[in-house]
Amino acid sequence: MSENQHTTHITPLWIYFAVGGALLVLTAVTVGVSFIDFTSIFGVSSMNFAVAMIIATIKATLVALFFMHLYSDSKFYSLTLLSGIACLMIFIVITLLDTNFRGKIYEIEGQPIEPAAKIYQSENVSDQ
Amino acid sequence: MSSSFHVAHHFSDAEQQRESAKLGMWVFLLTEILLFGGVFVAYAVFRVWYPDMFYNAHKALDVTMGTVNTAVLIVSSLTVALGIREIQLGRQKQCTRYLLATIVLACVFLVIKYFEYAHKIHLGQLPGKFYTFDGIAGTNPHVFFSIYFLLTGIHAFHILIGISLLTWVMIKNMKGHFSAQYFTPVEITGLYWHLVDLIWIFLFPLLYLIG
Repeated sequence: MSENQHTTHITPLWIYFAVGGALLVLTAVTVGVSFIDFTSIFGVSSMNFAVAMIIATIKATLVALFFMHLYSDSKFYSLTLLSGIACLMIFIVITLLDTNFRGKIYEIEGQPIEPAAKIYQSENVSDQ
Repeated sequence: MSSSFHVAHHFSDAEQQRESAKLGMWVFLLTEILLFGGVFVAYAVFRVWYPDMFYNAHKALDVTMGTVNTAVLIVSSLTVALGIREIQLGRQKQCTRYLLATIVLACVFLVIKYFEYAHKIHLGQLPGKFYTFDGIAGTNPHVFFSIYFLLTGIHAFHILIGISLLTWVMIKNMKGHFSAQYFTPVEITGLYWHLVDLIWIFLFPLLYLIG
């Protein structure tokens, strides 16, 4: 079957170890910075969440580009992955637009979904 | 060349066959993102509703165990990537060793996860109506543990499937089914394993490191 010539791109060994090392360092960084209160430093809410997600996105990008070979492979695979992420973003954003702002349009009282459900400190439920 | 490798009649050549298999795997991984996405949405909704409860409840998780498990998964991702590189170069024995290392690391991950789960079950930090713990301030702490067990549970289930796939691929490799010309099953099992790692990269800060 000599006609089945592969055009496989072989990633150099050092790239794998560099990416693996970077991922471990970034893991240490994300644990380290989680003990810093960025929210009060910058005076903006959810700063710690933003920092944690930025680091996680960098790590995920490194895994996808080099371990999953998206960097050297056909861009069609990257497009597949990105379209999945785009759908997830739409899912999250539109759901949060509803759950966070429905109280601004209608006068609503939070109700337990199931009457028998165990609710703690149920006086706070109406904060929803 | 292995006799198990042939180009099916509906493909023009081996390259197209391999690319089709990979595209199929990427589409499957897309559905995996959406599978976890459902629980991520639940996480987002409840975290915005009960930020203080999420902060208090996440302190019940062991950051050290979570960090060690993150490192274990990252190294396992590295070993499977190196295993694929070895088979791309036609080195079967080295590939088997890397696949075995990946399986061992995956088992280490599950053992650590078992200790975390056992501790929470012991304390009654369980989902929904099974929640009996009494030490987390805030509204509806049982919701946090519902989300925690759903996310980590589905993830651990994926690790189990990953171990089975890696074992299957490793045995096939030991029997000499793969070579530098044909290694598609190794490659797409690797893609699956990287995605499991990728999901954990987001789970870890979302659950263990709420600032």
